[in-house]
Amino acid sequence: MFRNQYDTDVTTWSPAGRLFQVEYAMEAVKQGSAAIGLRSKTHVVLASVNKANSELSSHQKKIFKVDDHIGVAIAGLTADGRVLSRYMRSECINYSYSYESKLPVGRLVVQLADKAQVCTQRSWKRPYGVGLLVGGLDESGAHLYYNCPSGNYFEYQAFAMGSRSQAAKTYMERKFETFTESSRENLIKDALFALRETLQGEKLTSSICTVAVVGVDESFHILDKETVQALINEFEIAGEEAPANEAAPQDQGGDAQAGAADQGPTDQGVAPMDI
Amino acid sequence: MIVDSSSPAPAKKSLLLSSEADLQRTQTPYVTGTSVIAIKYKDGILIAADMGGSYGSTLRYKNVERIRPVGKHSLIGASGEISDFQEILRYLDELILNDSMWDDGNSLGPKEVHNYLTRVMYNRRNKFNPLWNSLILGGVKNGQKYLGTVNMIGVHYEDNHVATGFGNHLARPILREEWNENLTFEEGVKLLEKCMRVLLYRDRSAVNKLQIAKITDEGFTISQPYSLKTQWKFKAFENPTVGAEGSW
Repeated sequence: MFRNQYDTDVTTWSPAGRLFQVEYAMEAVKQGSAAIGLRSKTHVVLASVNKANSELSSHQKKIFKVDDHIGVAIAGLTADGRVLSRYMRSECINYSYSYESKLPVGRLVVQLADKAQVCTQRSWKRPYGVGLLVGGLDESGAHLYYNCPSGNYFEYQAFAMGSRSQAAKTYMERKFETFTESSRENLIKDALFALRETLQGEKLTSSICTVAVVGVDESFHILDKETVQALINEFEIAGEEAPANEAAPQDQGGDAQAGAADQGPTDQGVAPMDI
Repeated sequence: MIVDSSSPAPAKKSLLLSSEADLQRTQTPYVTGTSVIAIKYKDGILIAADMGGSYGSTLRYKNVERIRPVGKHSLIGASGEISDFQEILRYLDELILNDSMWDDGNSLGPKEVHNYLTRVMYNRRNKFNPLWNSLILGGVKNGQKYLGTVNMIGVHYEDNHVATGFGNHLARPILREEWNENLTFEEGVKLLEKCMRVLLYRDRSAVNKLQIAKITDEGFTISQPYSLKTQWKFKAFENPTVGAEGSW
């Protein structure tokens, strides 16, 4: 972004009323590889793109099981994400120990947000450089939350973060009204489609993505590679040569929209925390 | 710093050995409540307890409310040391307060409260400083009925009918025979009154002034205090000294 004299530490306001360190932390989230989440009334699906640095290395873990009823996908500084996942696991298990029941997702998310806020108001700390998509189920239904480094959190029907996430958002914005009543299979299918959008023409295979599901009678778990590949094949989402056109999937009619071009963020210049 | 050499250094007692430390630990109960009994019935939970607070063998206090609401979904009944019960009510008040301060539509149900109490009771027992109570926790949340008990050593379990103190010996056998899961409110009250009557006859610390509380998905009610009818005109009680003149 812009180098200026008010961005050295997080406890310095700019004259325009911004905390640049927090905004830079949110940039780090945008640089991470894409992760998306969507929810129906009964299920939440999280999916992420896992690119390995080289053919020789394994890819980074971006989706973590927090408890039987909660999972989280991260984008940004994965080390920060790992630490926060450990915190979330700890909170869940402590709650279970005291109350013999599942920590409501909304409460976990507030605790996470308050933890992130602390780092925006201490001169000896820095904000966490990771965005968290928290998906889970509790008594009040299925929930999907996005926690950002600023300490804000929002609930979503569907969300995407990381690089080229705008493409996935565009796809989901068209379809989100169908998600609430969607079946588990269709929800996963939509997740894979949305993930494909972020790849900009590259072939979607199960080796470069991770998909996880949690549902009413289904503990949070990551789907194994064979299952994911079978789903990709079944929905014929594998690949396209030209990024400009969208191949017409079976049940979508007349989508003539040119595909995955990243739209410039329309809210550039506005402090992201205000969104 | 000038040290006054004329005054002797005070004799220091080791805190670990002194009686001050022991006064903080294992207690004996002073003012105690006797049995509490509770059953699940068709619409929810029924709990009965008398209003007595005994001071040793003296039936000293006769207006002690031993059944109280906890949050929106639960009732707690306690026997044992009344002051410890009052302390527990303060812990529960703080627990429920913090729960509602989240202001998020979630609330602690009877299972959660029961488990929290179990942790409290067990932790105190491990420090050799128990809360001298046997507690019954019953409630309904989202149509699910819950009834559990926990005592001063941390023993806890759930069941369709539970009792504390003498109720374990006198009431539970009756409940085992006569409880079924489709009891109406009237049938449930009758069953509990039958158990309370036995306790009244046979438990020396029972008083004839009781309350029966009910909790359902709609809410709770705790009855006004009332008494049971008792029957003492048994032949065996008449002229008790007829075979042993001079005795009483």
